[in-house]
Amino acid sequence: MQMLNVENINVYYGQIHAVKDVSFEVNEGEIVCLIGSNGAGKSTVLKTVSGLLRSRTGCISFMGRDISKTEAFRLVSAGLAHVPEGRRIFLQMTVEENLQMGGYTAGKETDARIRDVYERFPRLKERRNQIGGTLSGGEQQMLAIGRALISAPKLLMLDEPSMGLAPILVSQIFEIIKELHAAGTTILLVEQNAEMALKIADRAYVLESGRIALSGSGADLARSDAIKKAYLGG
Amino acid sequence: MDFLSNLISGLSLGSIYALIALGYTMVYGIAKMLNFAHGDIIMVGAFAVIVCINTCGLPVWLAAVVSILCCIVLGVLIERIAYKPLRRSAPLTVLITAIGVSYLLQSVAQLVFGSEMHSFPKVISMPTIQIGELTIKGNALVTLVVSAVIMVVLTLFIGKTRMGKAMRAVSEDKDAAELMGINVNKTISVTFAIGSALAAVAGIFYGSTYGFIGPYTGSMPGIKAFVAAVFGGIGSIPGAMLGGLALGIIENLSKAYISTELSDAIVFGVLIIVLLFKPTGLLGKKIKEKV
Repeated sequence: MQMLNVENINVYYGQIHAVKDVSFEVNEGEIVCLIGSNGAGKSTVLKTVSGLLRSRTGCISFMGRDISKTEAFRLVSAGLAHVPEGRRIFLQMTVEENLQMGGYTAGKETDARIRDVYERFPRLKERRNQIGGTLSGGEQQMLAIGRALISAPKLLMLDEPSMGLAPILVSQIFEIIKELHAAGTTILLVEQNAEMALKIADRAYVLESGRIALSGSGADLARSDAIKKAYLGG
Repeated sequence: MDFLSNLISGLSLGSIYALIALGYTMVYGIAKMLNFAHGDIIMVGAFAVIVCINTCGLPVWLAAVVSILCCIVLGVLIERIAYKPLRRSAPLTVLITAIGVSYLLQSVAQLVFGSEMHSFPKVISMPTIQIGELTIKGNALVTLVVSAVIMVVLTLFIGKTRMGKAMRAVSEDKDAAELMGINVNKTISVTFAIGSALAAVAGIFYGSTYGFIGPYTGSMPGIKAFVAAVFGGIGSIPGAMLGGLALGIIENLSKAYISTELSDAIVFGVLIIVLLFKPTGLLGKKIKEKV
């Protein structure tokens, strides 16, 4: 079943045409990756899906509903969660308060889900009363993901979760993504780390200066010469 | 004992500044703008009380409620009409707009009430208290106690409630807050509403303390409260309280022991000295980010 369908979106920053005629889809139960170099428009696509930016054209539908004009804050309760680039946790709030914000629309379920997140990420439990700004980069990324999980999303969109992390933490983050997927969450992943991303992706799209240049299954793309040259270092 | 009574009236004046400074600092924290029309809300609140009591003959408590409601509506409208369309504009544009709104409020008040001073009705009927040699004016005591209660309630609200936490989240990162499902526009409106309600209360106490209100009455306490907010660290709620109280005490003690004429100069002088040594204000902090 189709969960997210993006058709012909065009996004501008002032005069700059950042996303050009992009269309893609995410089916229920998939891990879909958007890969591409810096500035290719990957984050812009995610921000447009989650409602922080608007497309001038086309249509975005989520679970069969047109969401291209829906305000971002209303999409969370519809089942869409977006972990933004750079983690963007609330640095001056405690770990627990960050998680509570993740459950802003979850009502009574919040406390139970916070306990689940603590179980998955025991480090966060140890640091529950610490201010977000005092966490290490890896812990902040766990908090950002944990915070998004509190809304029990149907579709989890992750923007460069491996950015700025040590290799061991990168593998850990990818393990977590696989676990979440196995537990039934559909995932749309934006990554610069194409090698890791293509390994776990069911399907992937390659963005080049705002356009989709290639698409296919993760395994096919990982074997493709063009991809190897451009993103996999040979 | 003289010193103690001066200190207490300083605290009372300071708590008025603190109430106003809270509005400045909360709005700055959440909308990243200096709302220079905030001082004039005090004047509107005070005039609302004058009209309610002198013209409509309402009881004091009802006049206070009406005044607070008027200021809330006004504050929220100002944000919606004047500031919201400029949310992505340059800070200077917003600042100039805020100054424009301030002049607009003053001019409308002058049109409606004339430029002369109006005497403020007696709303606080607490007698002066005499304990041994210590004299405490009833007005000062009520101001102090009510402000203290408001500040405690506000601190709990910001720290513990769902809306209070949402306000902190929005003030840190609007987009991230939106992605949590927080209605950012509504949260900003609530902040303006709370700030304006506090300004109305401050207006009532200011009127009772000085006895007279005119169209320009709001600007001086407004500027001093802004100074208090910067002094305490703009954006910091305990900072605004501390800054306001410190300012009131410094002003009152300078008046009592140094010079009435120089008291304002001393107040602003202290601000300059504090900012020289601590540019972020007393409690303003630069958060260190670990990567």
